[in-house]
Amino acid sequence: MITNVGIVIVSHSPKIAEGAADMVRQMVGDSVPLAFTGGDPGGGLGTSVEAIMEAIEQAWSPSGVAVLVDLGGAESNSEMAISLLPDEKRALVAICNAPVVEGAVIAATEASGGSSLKTVRRTAEELSPQ
Amino acid sequence: MVEEKVNQLVHAVTGVILQHADELTALDQAIGDGDHGVNLKRGAEAVLAELPKLDGKPIGEVLRAAGMQIVMKVGGASGPLIGTWAMELGKHLPPAPAYVDVAKALEAAFLAVKARGKSEEGQKTMLDVLGPAVRAMQANADPAAIKAIVQAAAEATIPIRATRGRASFLGDRSIGHMDPGARSSSLIIAAVCDHQSKVEPAN
Repeated sequence: MITNVGIVIVSHSPKIAEGAADMVRQMVGDSVPLAFTGGDPGGGLGTSVEAIMEAIEQAWSPSGVAVLVDLGGAESNSEMAISLLPDEKRALVAICNAPVVEGAVIAATEASGGSSLKTVRRTAEELSPQ
Repeated sequence: MVEEKVNQLVHAVTGVILQHADELTALDQAIGDGDHGVNLKRGAEAVLAELPKLDGKPIGEVLRAAGMQIVMKVGGASGPLIGTWAMELGKHLPPAPAYVDVAKALEAAFLAVKARGKSEEGQKTMLDVLGPAVRAMQANADPAAIKAIVQAAAEATIPIRATRGRASFLGDRSIGHMDPGARSSSLIIAAVCDHQSKVEPAN
């Protein structure tokens, strides 16, 4: 069983989410639990709380899950999804303030070395100007 | 009887959203990603589809369930925001709410939306309508006055330069357009006011 921190990619665009996930896999193979989601419940550009909850479940790791998001709604919907998780899981999921593609690749690379969720998040967030 | 009123209220609110969906989308095309009307329409339809299951339930439970549908089905940032608003109202409203109960619930819901959106009034968002609505109720305004206040509040977002949400990417170019979220919130509150005036005419 993989105990490395899991990565979830959330984009408005299903193609960006899938493409970013491809780039993560190229870097870390299967060493990190990974899931991605994009598109709103009607199939348009946007995000879905339900799909984000499923992605978090799919990428679940006892060490936690780092979530990478693109624009506003992706962040709000991810926060909403996290707030709806059971208590014991909620504290183990962190949204990283980082660009979605670069953040996902860097976070996954850090996670593949067995780093904690805190370290994975910090590494991804080093990409964003503070 | 009470349950029947709840049902009518949900129909009044979802009806106004469906009726104004194109207008909301047009407003959002000007300063956002152009999906506000489409998204809220999907949310309203999801709420209507859920309604038969809520038959006979108290207003608080209906609003919590409606809010969850909005959260799950809308797909944009407005899903968690309007959904949180409805769920929080539902959490605070007793089965037969008096005016003061609604005023208190509205304030709690406003604070919850503020927290969810990490936003303040004055940033050209739905908060610019929800805030004035809270204060109007605290000042004991009647439904007709509250309706006028929220409509004016939505209009008042036109000259604001957006500093939150996607419109903020446009900087000064966001000036001169009504905020779509402020507009949809004003429509929802105005529909509730109209409904109240109808069922409880001012004496």
